[in-house]
Amino acid sequence: MGAKAAENGAKSSSSAPSPPPLKAFFRLKTKQQELLIRVASLALIYVLAFAVRLFSVLRYESMIHEFDPYFNYRTTLFLTRNGFYEFWNWFDSESWYPLGRIIGGTLYPGLMVTAALIYRLLRFLTFAVHIREVCVLTAPFFASNTTIVAYFFGKEIWDSGAGLVAAALIAICPGYISRSVAGSYDNEGVAIFALLFTFYLFVKAVNTGSLAWALASAFGYFYMVSAWGGYVFIINLIPLYVLVLLVTGRYSMRLYVAYNCMYILGMLLAMQIRFVGFQHVQSGEHMAAMGVFFLLQVFYFLDWVKYMLNDKQLFQSFLRITLTFAISVGALALGIGTASGYISPWTGRFYSLLDPTYAKDHIPIIASVSEHQPTAWSSFMFDFHILLFLFPAGLYFCFKRLSDATIFIVMYGLTSMYFAGVMVRLILVAAPAVCLISAIAISATVKNLTSLIRTKGKAPLAVSGKGSSSLKASAKASADQSLPFQHNCAIALLVGAFYLLSRYAIHCTWVTSEAYSSPSIVLAARGAHGGRVIFDDYREAYYWLRQNTPADAKVMSWWDYGYQITAMGNRTVIVDNNTWNNTHIATVGRAMSSYEPEAYEIMQSLDVDYVLVVFGGLTGYSSDDINKFLWMVRIGGGVFPVIKEPDYLVNGEYRVDKGAAPKMLNCLMYKLAYYRFGEMTTEYGKPTGYDRARGVEIGNKDIKLEYLEEAFTTSNWIIRIYKVKPPKNRW
Amino acid sequence: MGRRTRSAAAMAIVPLLLLSFFHLLQFVSSTQEIRVLSAEKRIDLTSPIARVFLTLKVENYGAPEVPEILIAFSPTESEHLAILKASTVEGKRKKKTYVPLSVSPVSSPDAPNGAQLYSVTLRSPLQSGETTTVEALYVLTHSLEPFPTEISQSEPQLVYYRDSATILSPYTIVEQTVYIKTPSSKVESYTKVEPTARSGSETRYGPYHDRLPYSFSPVIVHFENNNPFAVVEELVREIEISHWGNLQIRDHYRLKHAGARHKGVFSRTIAALGYFYWVYDTYAKHPCRLDYQFRQSLSASFKTLLAMLPPRVHSVYYRDDIGNISSSHLRINSQKSELEIEPRYPLFGGWKATFTIGYGLPLQDFLFESSDGRRYLNFSFGCPLIETVVDDLTVKVILPEGSRNPTAAVPFPVNQHLEMTYSYLDVVGRTTLVLQKRNVVPEHNYPFQVYYDFNPIFMLAEPLMLVSSVFLFFVAYIAYVHIDLSIRRPLKTNS
Repeated sequence: MGAKAAENGAKSSSSAPSPPPLKAFFRLKTKQQELLIRVASLALIYVLAFAVRLFSVLRYESMIHEFDPYFNYRTTLFLTRNGFYEFWNWFDSESWYPLGRIIGGTLYPGLMVTAALIYRLLRFLTFAVHIREVCVLTAPFFASNTTIVAYFFGKEIWDSGAGLVAAALIAICPGYISRSVAGSYDNEGVAIFALLFTFYLFVKAVNTGSLAWALASAFGYFYMVSAWGGYVFIINLIPLYVLVLLVTGRYSMRLYVAYNCMYILGMLLAMQIRFVGFQHVQSGEHMAAMGVFFLLQVFYFLDWVKYMLNDKQLFQSFLRITLTFAISVGALALGIGTASGYISPWTGRFYSLLDPTYAKDHIPIIASVSEHQPTAWSSFMFDFHILLFLFPAGLYFCFKRLSDATIFIVMYGLTSMYFAGVMVRLILVAAPAVCLISAIAISATVKNLTSLIRTKGKAPLAVSGKGSSSLKASAKASADQSLPFQHNCAIALLVGAFYLLSRYAIHCTWVTSEAYSSPSIVLAARGAHGGRVIFDDYREAYYWLRQNTPADAKVMSWWDYGYQITAMGNRTVIVDNNTWNNTHIATVGRAMSSYEPEAYEIMQSLDVDYVLVVFGGLTGYSSDDINKFLWMVRIGGGVFPVIKEPDYLVNGEYRVDKGAAPKMLNCLMYKLAYYRFGEMTTEYGKPTGYDRARGVEIGNKDIKLEYLEEAFTTSNWIIRIYKVKPPKNRW
Repeated sequence: MGRRTRSAAAMAIVPLLLLSFFHLLQFVSSTQEIRVLSAEKRIDLTSPIARVFLTLKVENYGAPEVPEILIAFSPTESEHLAILKASTVEGKRKKKTYVPLSVSPVSSPDAPNGAQLYSVTLRSPLQSGETTTVEALYVLTHSLEPFPTEISQSEPQLVYYRDSATILSPYTIVEQTVYIKTPSSKVESYTKVEPTARSGSETRYGPYHDRLPYSFSPVIVHFENNNPFAVVEELVREIEISHWGNLQIRDHYRLKHAGARHKGVFSRTIAALGYFYWVYDTYAKHPCRLDYQFRQSLSASFKTLLAMLPPRVHSVYYRDDIGNISSSHLRINSQKSELEIEPRYPLFGGWKATFTIGYGLPLQDFLFESSDGRRYLNFSFGCPLIETVVDDLTVKVILPEGSRNPTAAVPFPVNQHLEMTYSYLDVVGRTTLVLQKRNVVPEHNYPFQVYYDFNPIFMLAEPLMLVSSVFLFFVAYIAYVHIDLSIRRPLKTNS
């Protein structure tokens, strides 16, 4: 896209009549020079955005990260092997045993289809790449594309300079990198591109009133819907934006064309995604868009009537009647729809976005995920750095030069900033807006400062009558003449700005390499002689499961590890990261928090063959199952009231040492985590059975297992797998 | 301590075999008048592979000259026979040299009880009244049978070895002795066929005198063998030749511990081979020490394997379906490269692991041009892992695009066929010569050659393709810029 735009510029300049002689061939005009610099820096930014995301590949290897990406990888593998039709109709019996999961109907296929298409294309071009490489590099590739979109978006709302700065900022913004490093093969990787692209196309459509751009934005929206559940943000932000334009009296035919085309076509296209289905007309979360759609029709109608009537008095009364009528009809329809159950109410996830405390009280399964926690100030600082200060400055500039486009970016910035405050993971959605708005601040400031410096230098020349532009500048300069040390101040401020920007670049690189490039299934630590120690226990255990257990074995673990077990271990799991069935998860939570005989009954009823627990007591790995255990109790207790959280606590305190609650010391999770751990010396000068993750000596060192036996423990004890013994003979 | 009563299973088998022994005696075939003056059989059972050294001193007491002599194997032996090599000794004492002799299987319908005969062609036919000494080495795979078949983690692994106290031969043997060498002196039981003696780790059967042809007296030795029974069930080696200077090897292993199956619980407190280091704890953000208990495992599980790679190896990787395996060490010197690999988990009996080892080699070490202008690859057959049996070996030699008429020269019989492989920028595909062999042992690590015709002009095909596609892209773009495809008239004022 960048190349095309550049070429367009080149076309216009090449059409200039003078045929260049050989000597002047390399001497470019200022406009051409500017174009060359712009294209070159965009190309560099494109490469930079890709390269900075490769830290994880260099530090570790070309592998899929985290939890959800393993599901995406597995489904992509299925898609490339069996074709789209099979994929669409895939019933997966390897997860949610014994329920199973209809994969085709319960996922956003955009990411997998994108990766599969890239894979097919490369194969067609006779590049013998492995699908894993494609999956690993999909996110960086789309991040690179996002920078180009950011450039055009910035150009659309401000000028090409702001676009260039925006592209540079977003290329290395840690908030975005956190979800788009190589290997982070998740929906967000392509969705942020789709989100920004849709917004850009829509703003372009609003600015031009062109049906073609509106159509393009509808397709952008379709891609977004196919890729990520975050499309709900678009379908609510755009109506809100339209509403704001209506209220501020900025209604225009351009807006009418853009919104109607985008909404109707986007809605129809989105219905093709099975997971979304008829939600656009049936779900409460999508009703705002429909309401605004009808409101626009009313507006258009009123406009027409106003034009036809030519009578202010009559129109006023007509307006009053029509508005009352329209609003009451709308409210009635909504009321009937909701009451009859045709329109579904808002989901818990949506509520928890609007009210940060909602999930904590009502949906423990959402609250238990760390990325759903409200954001701390430090993570804002970590992910945005100087952008956090530039953001308000950019808002100021936007308000100073208010247009349809700047109103959009202001609204996008403010709403996404709010959501970023509600949930950590939504910093990602705010990142493009923050980058764009900050880019406006930087671009406008630097432009002002450089023009100040230039006018000072050119002031004597301007008197001699150089040109109209410098005359204007000198006029401006003479207006600001009252400020002392203006020139020096400008230089100082410019230097300060560049210092800040370089700090930003350093910070981003550091954050990327230190914090966001860890695949989280391979853990690295610093060894005795400064060498790196790798804890590859996860894969050790999953590969053991894959090779040394029966092919139809069912593995019970907490849901976090479900996707990884199915993808890497190739074994059936009871629950996984697609937490669609709370009761099933609660059953597993109940089994983990019961005494062994009761747990055995539950496991028998679920046909469990192996139980997998994650244990960090030996290595000091703190995100293990013992630390997650209270969530198991809470989620289990939410469905089965026999599990009571206070039974596991002592005076409201969670302990694993001698002072722990008796139920805690004898529940299945405790036994499985600490089985035979009492014999181990973990740290010099500490008693045996010293838990390094929690820094205490465990309370129950003599653990006997009756219904399970240890089947495998990884080299650093991070994963422990137990085999469920067959039932005893009754006679 | 080891002389305990032999187990019940052994008791059941012995009479059965004795029966067949009497049956065997009825067949006395001697088409040629040859007898073995003295025979010695040394069976080396110190590794999971059974190696047998057979020394026969043969005499022709008949009139016609004898060009070849026969060596007999029982049906089970011939099934497990991986390789048979024979040589003869020439010269005396200090100038002793071993001259290899050619060996070929012969169909032997008249041999009793399905005994399989192999003929060894002598260098010069044995004249009447002459004697010669033939030495044979043969390797048997899967002939150590774990018993008990399932052991727990800390138990030692015991195995059976079945053979005959007398040497199976189509000739009368005047004097013979069989020695069986076990890894340690821990022998649980052994069949006695007097005279039988045992000292240290060696059991001796014999000497026996004047045994008839095809005499067989089954014996069972039950002893401790804690060697890792690493068996590669399937090994696919891909050798890809690039005339740009690289030889790329990819070995896909399916490894199994073929010893006694692991039973019952697994425990790290027993299995952990102690190690001990300081780590910088990323979670607790302070340095701390990991301390594992030092308790040496007794069992036959194994943690590491050693692969011998050619010298000047580069870009070595070791991975499996789910990513790199971050536990391997590579030691390179000018003579050889040693790659010590550790499977993701220690392998206990019956456990499996699959993995891939890949590396690059400089082409000039392995690719040569023969006198008739053909090129040939000279590479080692067999498995780089030391002391490992490969049940099913497939070697795929992927020749560069445009090569023709591949032929292989392998010193032992293999199945071969051709197929096509497609890699980066391949249009017509790469001719691939596939060689397959079952039951491969380290003794098969022997160079083989693949000859083929190749025109160096094909080396330029792929770079030219890339260059021209980039060129075409630019041409297309220039054309696109200069051609106006819009339907309406171009407007002067552009937004």
